[in-house]
Amino acid sequence: MEFFFQLALNGVVVGSIYALVALGFVIIYKSSGVLNFAQGEFLLLGGYVFWALVENHAPWPYAAALTILFSIVLGLALERLILRPMIGEPIISVIMVTLGLSSVLRAIVLGIWGTDTRPYPELFSSQPIMVGPVPISQGYLFSMVISAALLLAFTLFFRYSRVGIAMRATAFSQEVAQSMGISVRSIFAISWSIAAVVSALGGILLGALRGGVDGSLSVLGLKALPVVILGGLDSIAGAIVGGLVIGILENLSGGYLDPLMGGGVKEVAPFVVLVLILMVKPYGLFGKIKIERV
Amino acid sequence: MLRLKNIEVIYDDVILVLKGLSLEVPSGRIVALLGPNGAGKSTTLKAISGLLATEEGEVTDGAIEFDGQRIEKLRAEQIVRLGIFQVMEGRRVFEDLTVDDNITMGGYIRSDRAGLRRDRDLCFDYFPQLKNLRGKLAGYLSGGEQQMLAISRALMARPRCILLDEPSLGLSPKLVQEIFGIIRKINEQEKTTILLVEQNANQALAIAHFAYLMEGGRVVLEGETDKVKANEDVKEFYLGGTGGKRDYKAVKSYRRRKRWLS
Ligand SMILES: Nc1ncnc2c1ncn2[C@@H]1O[C@H](COP(=O)(O)OP(=O)(O)OP(=O)(O)O)[C@@H](O)[C@H]1O
Ligand SMILES: [Mg+2]
Repeated sequence: MEFFFQLALNGVVVGSIYALVALGFVIIYKSSGVLNFAQGEFLLLGGYVFWALVENHAPWPYAAALTILFSIVLGLALERLILRPMIGEPIISVIMVTLGLSSVLRAIVLGIWGTDTRPYPELFSSQPIMVGPVPISQGYLFSMVISAALLLAFTLFFRYSRVGIAMRATAFSQEVAQSMGISVRSIFAISWSIAAVVSALGGILLGALRGGVDGSLSVLGLKALPVVILGGLDSIAGAIVGGLVIGILENLSGGYLDPLMGGGVKEVAPFVVLVLILMVKPYGLFGKIKIERV
Repeated sequence: MLRLKNIEVIYDDVILVLKGLSLEVPSGRIVALLGPNGAGKSTTLKAISGLLATEEGEVTDGAIEFDGQRIEKLRAEQIVRLGIFQVMEGRRVFEDLTVDDNITMGGYIRSDRAGLRRDRDLCFDYFPQLKNLRGKLAGYLSGGEQQMLAISRALMARPRCILLDEPSLGLSPKLVQEIFGIIRKINEQEKTTILLVEQNANQALAIAHFAYLMEGGRVVLEGETDKVKANEDVKEFYLGGTGGKRDYKAVKSYRRRKRWLS
């Protein structure tokens, strides 16, 4: 039973980070209809920038704040330089551009930092905290609290803030949003910045959990894809639930099935569940079904 | 005062829709813009509000002035901030937002909290039935309620001029009458200038001070409402006739007139 709790807990921790990254994905999809395949590289970039700052003796809270700032600028710059010129082009072209962007960003990261793992310093003491009978590492607890706080903050932001509502309005119709005086350009810029920020934070948290960053971080970033497909591409609640489900499934199947089947189940299990769920709910668990009045 | 001088609008670089259209909307008035399907009424409103850009349309000639300022090259969000608000054809509420959030979006350009709260109450004064629907998704509202919501959004922006595109579309005659009564009330009480596009000429002429009739991208007739109402051609083709049969001669004279005017 303790083994089960331990696995489930790992799942929740990793899953909440997936949820964070998926949130970035959903925000861009919601406001502009674009699937951003460079999401994994945002994560990678965030993880490395944080490492580089810490390596240069920045205390980690400052390093985190600077990484956030960097991500905001990155999001704004990408929107301005790459996406704005694409306004009016077919969505599929924009999606191809994000694919290209992902290769370019990865090449830049590899060019600067190479392929070796860059270890993170110990941010937390290794003394675990007992939650009931289960020992949890402080890093896990911290990253879970941070992701949960961010997810809550963004949920509230979208639900109640003027800009958050405007982002949903823009997602519904850019034309109507413009007729209200909403600047669609600014909305896109904001959503790209938010996506870059949450991904970078996800990168830092994953780096902290795994003890360092390397190129495989962007693969973890791509986990956002099954997460959002599972949750529904346009649902924030879906990103959260999808992230947790995938995180937990991965860890449980890894813990129980991998030893039996000789490994690999961990990677495949989420996709099996994904396919099963999509067969029943083609728009994902929380995907929007167009309102049709009868 | 809103003034269009000889404007030409082209869609997709080739489709010429407005061919030298001129009209004036004096401050504080209700001006009706009438005409058959495809005349270019919605295009005219979108040219003013800057929404043409989202449809690959462009004002290629002429000028649009609002209180002396040229606006035909501005972006939609800049024009809203200058005080012109378009209520689009077909209501276009944000279906997956609540009624309250839709109203909030109407006031997006403002930040005076007290004023916004007052104006939200004002919306519910004009449209009491929206009050009980505040938490409901706008997509589930009836057509009439959606139209009320669309007009409420406009009120929230406190514009000096509202462009209303076919507010009667798809509504029962009784509801049309109610909505038009409120449009008149808004004009009188809030001193809002209104440019009203309609197919329902009867209703529009009942509240407008001045009217333009357009066809094929041009104005073919204009005048004080009484004069327009008295015009035989308008009676015949837009006000459901004078009781007489549509005889061939009338059609011919109308055609002739059209040619002459255009
Ligand atoms: N986005 C567009 N691209 C190309 N042509 C367009 C576009 N929008 C409108 N048109 C054309 O311009 C003409 C005028 O259209 P518009 O919508 O302004 O007419 P309208 O007077 O509002 O008609 P209705 O009463 O049916 O709403 C039509 O012939 C229409 O086909
Ligand atoms: Mg129209």
